[in-house]
Amino acid sequence: MSKDEIRSGVVAELLAIAPEIEEGDLSDTELLRDQVDLDSMDWLNFLVRLHKRFEVDIPESQYAFLRTIEDLTGYIDQHR
Amino acid sequence: MIDFVMPTLGADMDEGTLDEWRVKPGDAVTRGQIVAVVETTKAAVEIECWHDGVVQELLVPVGQTVAVGTPLATLLEPGESPGAPSARPEPAAAPAPAETSPAPARPAPSAPVGHRLWVSPVARRTAVTLGVDLKGLTGTGPQGAITLRDVEHAAATAHHEKPAPPPTPPRPATAAPKSAAEKARERGAAMRASIAAAMSRSKREIPHYYLANEIILDPALAWLTEQNAGRPITERLLPAVLQLKAVALAARKFPEFNGFWRDDGFQPAAGQHVGVAISLRGGGLVAPAIHDVSEKPLAELMADLTDLVARARAGSLRSSEMSDPTITVTNLGEKGVDAVFGVIYPEQVAIVGFGRPAQRVVVVDGGIRVATTVQSSLAADHRASDGARGALFLAEIDRLLQRPQEL
Repeated sequence: MSKDEIRSGVVAELLAIAPEIEEGDLSDTELLRDQVDLDSMDWLNFLVRLHKRFEVDIPESQYAFLRTIEDLTGYIDQHR
Repeated sequence: MIDFVMPTLGADMDEGTLDEWRVKPGDAVTRGQIVAVVETTKAAVEIECWHDGVVQELLVPVGQTVAVGTPLATLLEPGESPGAPSARPEPAAAPAPAETSPAPARPAPSAPVGHRLWVSPVARRTAVTLGVDLKGLTGTGPQGAITLRDVEHAAATAHHEKPAPPPTPPRPATAAPKSAAEKARERGAAMRASIAAAMSRSKREIPHYYLANEIILDPALAWLTEQNAGRPITERLLPAVLQLKAVALAARKFPEFNGFWRDDGFQPAAGQHVGVAISLRGGGLVAPAIHDVSEKPLAELMADLTDLVARARAGSLRSSEMSDPTITVTNLGEKGVDAVFGVIYPEQVAIVGFGRPAQRVVVVDGGIRVATTVQSSLAADHRASDGARGALFLAEIDRLLQRPQEL
């Protein structure tokens, strides 16, 4: 799976959690929390979806490093 | 013979529109089964039946708006043989008998001027599909809201010169499903009116008093981190479940905060059914209950909370979740505020608030330390309790959160 495919998967799951956002408005390098209204329940649900889609484990200790779409795509690329 | 009546779905709801029957005469039903869907301004509420039995007769047709307490159906008790329907005794306590007779054309109330159009979600969807302009319609639903029936009726009369037959157009399968956010936004408008009614009543009737207490969270968060490290991501716990459990256990110990103020007196509740204030993405909020919180292990509470939030945001709740909260918890910490002082949802008598957990300077044992703390607050009904007991109640929540392993 290419990094582009991973990125589209990440964005698709994000849109499933926060359907009010427009895909075109998302920046890969801006902080997610500045772009999308995600509370801790949304964040956890988002990660569970990524876990199921990419079969990747995301420990809580990694949350602090996963702050942008780019971070998430890179993490999944390395750990799947 | 049992009368199955329209249940109360919270202090701000006195009528609802029957949207769907999930059972038909002759069906066996069990306690807790969902038998109908009723549209209110807050959500499409799945109505649970609280008796075992067999459905004998459906008394209210789909599309009709009826008052709380109106018999919706009759059930035969297990073992009871069907008698003639005419043998049915008149329901003594039917509060609105006129509503139960199938009134084909409810006199249309004149549309209130000056507020925005209230349209039920299913009606709005159908209007788009059938090409009906909502602006020209007069609503017959709760508070003048436009219902599915109004839209179908308008569509039928627009297409036929002669008086329309009872409209039963199939819902076209080609209709583009709306996004959850879109649906939430639509519901938000009508919901505003419900929130306004409940909160105005609260501030008019309930003499609130307010208390606050800063809780050191480090032990709870450290314990949670350790727990979650050993759990698969699908079973991870959020701090919110510790708060819910601590509030429920404290409410069990201090029963004057758990129950209802009714008929000039306090009625304590038997279980701790904690209402969770859930903000919706399109605006508005609901505070449905998780049942028996004090009895449930944290993992089960987490699963319940996840499920409840998802269904609340999808606009699909159950009647017991709407009617049963005995105390409410509101957590606005994630929105960045230090503290929240809630408005009590009538007829409850208390609401506990949590603000944002953050590192703050505190004094512990005479020394200055940096600790993660959260502001807890209590808004309580002064008719049911006094500040001194409220202080002990908040202190008990604090004490419980210092021993997360015992929650």
